[in-house]
Amino acid sequence: MTNIADERQEQAGPRSVDLTGYVCPMTFVRFKLEIDKLAAGERLEIILKRGEQIQNVPRSIKAEGHQIESVKDENGTFRLVVRKGKQ
Amino acid sequence: MRLDRSDQTDRTDPSDPAICECCPKAQHMSVFDFTEDQIQRYSRHILLPEVDVHGQEKLLKASVLVIGAGGLGSAALLYLAAAGVGHIGVADRDCVELSNLQRQVLYSTRDVGRRKATAARRVLRSLNPDCRVTAYPGKLSAEKLTTVMRGYDLVLDCSDNFPTRFLVSDCAFFQHKPLVTAAVVRFDGQLMAVLPGDGNPCYRCFVPEPPPSTMTSCQQAGVLGAVPGVLGSLQAVETIKLIVGKGETMAHRLLLYDALSGTFRIVARKPNPHCPLCGSNPSITEPIEYKDKCCPGGQCFTDDECCADDECCS
Repeated sequence: MTNIADERQEQAGPRSVDLTGYVCPMTFVRFKLEIDKLAAGERLEIILKRGEQIQNVPRSIKAEGHQIESVKDENGTFRLVVRKGKQ
Repeated sequence: MRLDRSDQTDRTDPSDPAICECCPKAQHMSVFDFTEDQIQRYSRHILLPEVDVHGQEKLLKASVLVIGAGGLGSAALLYLAAAGVGHIGVADRDCVELSNLQRQVLYSTRDVGRRKATAARRVLRSLNPDCRVTAYPGKLSAEKLTTVMRGYDLVLDCSDNFPTRFLVSDCAFFQHKPLVTAAVVRFDGQLMAVLPGDGNPCYRCFVPEPPPSTMTSCQQAGVLGAVPGVLGSLQAVETIKLIVGKGETMAHRLLLYDALSGTFRIVARKPNPHCPLCGSNPSITEPIEYKDKCCPGGQCFTDDECCADDECCS
């Protein structure tokens, strides 16, 4: 059951959270609250904007042991897929 | 030493994903929903990997009893409330005096004449409405203190006299409550944590019994106002560390602060095998109430004849 549930979640794609409306350091606080809801290995998509967010947040994400699987530039905003690391 | 009470949450709702036994991953989900105000208020804690969401949950679920709302207690109480400790008990039978305001930053001039415990409660609730604050403005005998202490996870000794200090540490010992204790006089301060469990030195390993009455106390000697602020803040730090379960405790160490030289020193502490409380042949089997007649207007939890000072409200 657990493997089937995992496969379905992978096929459905990660949940997407728009963080563009927040200002440092609340952007990363919001990310932490969202990633905390996941188990290790699960994925989360976040949307960041150009400037301070894309410059700072990915570094903090990696520093906390998570993996950034992909970054997609969409003309001013960035979609990042993050896989939660082991705690 | 961890005070993780999140596992003790009563999870009886089978639809709650946090208790879904068929999906072990769900056990990692937080069961605490922060409000928007809490996310803002505790954002700087949540940012710290050592605190994070789970550490903040632990703080909000923790209960801490603070004995003494004077110089040490002022700083400790403010920072514990700011940190979001869910339930704070404030025990002090004293009234605010003008001479207190040089260091007891919990109070303002308009509080002079008011009971410290109730004045503290008002300030702490104003600072953080998340905190439930229980005031104990009356005298606490050994029996009453034992009863009160049962309702808390952890105890802070912020008192200014030895009878209270020993009563608090004895009660905490017999109830297996972690204790963070500090003391200040003139420009000096000291702090330690006393944690239950074999191999941990207790308070009486350090001071077996109250020293002779010729010892100075804060009421008989001056104190630089900010010094209890430093030690009280450190008490709050050590308490928060115990609650979130991070960092090194002060269980086997004594911190000494000399404000004049601007130095901190750490001294190792070890259990005393001959300790009258926790030694191999203990002579003390219940909390002791020592009499102290030399505390006009002070926190005489044990002396029936206290508050001879006319300025102390009844």
